[in-house]
Amino acid sequence: MAPFPLPLEALLGKAGMYLIYLVIGFAFGYVLEISGFAISTKLAAQFYFKDLTVLKVMFTAIVVAMVLIFGASAIGLLDYNLIWVNPTYIWSGILGGLIMGFGFIIGGFCPGTSLVSLATFKIDGLFFALGGLFGIFLFGETVQNFDSFWNGSYLGRFTLMDWLGLPTGVVVLLVILMALFMFWGGEQLERIFGGRDLKKEPRRRYAGAAVLALAGVLVLLIGQPTTSEKWTRLASTKDQALAAREVQIHPGELLATRADDQINLVMLDVRSEADFNQFHLQGGRRLPQDQIESVIPTLLLEPAANTVYVLMSNDETAATQAWKTMVAQSVPNVYILEGGINHWLEIFNAGDPQITPTPVPPGNDLLGYTFQAALGDRYSAADPNPHEWELEYTPKIKLQQKRGPSGGGCG
Amino acid sequence: MATLSAARPKPTSRFKSWLYSRPEKPYVHPYLGGALLGVVLFLAFFITGNGLGASGGLNRYVVYLEDLVAPQHIDRVSYLLKLAGGDKNPLDDWIVFLTAGTLVGGFVSGWLHGRLKVETGKGPHISIRSRWFYAFIGGSLMGYGARMARGCTSGQALSGGAVLSAGSWVFMFAVFGGAYALAYFVRRLWL
Repeated sequence: MAPFPLPLEALLGKAGMYLIYLVIGFAFGYVLEISGFAISTKLAAQFYFKDLTVLKVMFTAIVVAMVLIFGASAIGLLDYNLIWVNPTYIWSGILGGLIMGFGFIIGGFCPGTSLVSLATFKIDGLFFALGGLFGIFLFGETVQNFDSFWNGSYLGRFTLMDWLGLPTGVVVLLVILMALFMFWGGEQLERIFGGRDLKKEPRRRYAGAAVLALAGVLVLLIGQPTTSEKWTRLASTKDQALAAREVQIHPGELLATRADDQINLVMLDVRSEADFNQFHLQGGRRLPQDQIESVIPTLLLEPAANTVYVLMSNDETAATQAWKTMVAQSVPNVYILEGGINHWLEIFNAGDPQITPTPVPPGNDLLGYTFQAALGDRYSAADPNPHEWELEYTPKIKLQQKRGPSGGGCG
Repeated sequence: MATLSAARPKPTSRFKSWLYSRPEKPYVHPYLGGALLGVVLFLAFFITGNGLGASGGLNRYVVYLEDLVAPQHIDRVSYLLKLAGGDKNPLDDWIVFLTAGTLVGGFVSGWLHGRLKVETGKGPHISIRSRWFYAFIGGSLMGYGARMARGCTSGQALSGGAVLSAGSWVFMFAVFGGAYALAYFVRRLWL
């Protein structure tokens, strides 16, 4: 597995983790200050085309960070799936953005820059920050009146790649080219409206632009790791876990987990629709094999750290395939139902006359029972009472702490 | 257009002379500043998995104060409950420390480069008091909008932009769009 981001809390403890964030924050404030972002007149000049420092700093930062992130991801150093990608809420994002735009030009700062401004004793920065606190307070008090709007138009972890249907490398390169074009246009505007002499600008900025474009091409050429490449990197350790049966949980453990309200259990049934309709566990969700990759962004946003996924097929073959995909894509706490639905029924069908065993050759992932009717989860074996069963098994579920993101800079 | 209205205070004590005595240095070139900011942003993601932010930290300071003053009120509002309900401490979060670091970093850089100055940045045609008033109004709008959009210029536009979140890009254009749309009508504030 890609070594970064680091599991900071497990590595350093809470105090160490917060110290790291303090240092990152320090660097953030320092860089904002040396860029002149503590001065409201400099920031506001952006919107009269006189001084486009805001645009230049912001977009340079975005493209530099983007190239480094996707470059590190391309060579397998950084796991993009473990990085916080702000979930998309279209309309509340647009409305909030417009309100912030108004606030920006009226007040002359954005929240981060006002902090740096007040830290360097600017009184307008102090008033802006106080206003910011007041606005935040006001939002907390009023949001319940428009909760459904605020939580509406939700698209989850939705990237430009998903939206445009283009590979990551292409989007990275397009964003770089767009930024370079905007820099060029911005400099022209500064020349026209701000009277800036572009000949005095450092020539090294052309070299910087070339390096960025080149880096973008490189990211495009290397490409992002596919699921099977990610699996190959993990295979040695994870194959061992599979062979040592560390992740296959006994039906008894699943039964106990179903009754455990400390655990947010998600049962994913990867069998065909026909088998699913015949019989499935109560609460089980059907997830066809070919849709696993596309639901992974949703699974990665799962906020609860106590979520456990249990995959099931008729025996274990298809569930194991699905397990490899989910593990390769860094979904935490994924398990397989040992022996699948066949094993489950072997234990729990309890002489139900409507369910008859029909032996099937092992390893073909076929349903080893026939049913009088496709009752789905309305058989009693679909929801056995945990108090009626005393089963011997070795518990295997160990809640793993999520690595990386804990909810973005906005929580 | 930049009129800086108050002069640097005269050093009267050893503390003040320590604070203000360093010579004022010019700002770095925007592209260099941007590249450094990009490296900081990358390192944040690379090491922690989280980006940068500011409004989230401020939000938690506000909720912390509310929880001190009116804990029963917190328990009635679901949005506040998530942050400070029961024995949850709203300050027990990474963004709180990042925001504290931002303040210190800004201060240290301002001190090192001789740019600590008690002053009010404003356009030439408005009074200092009106500038303070508008700064407060603008800040309120910013704070409200930032919570509405689930992040500010740093947490959404910068961080989300770099990891190519579609919503963050839409948001970013909304911010610039809103500011440009209003800029002409409030030009008295700045020009």
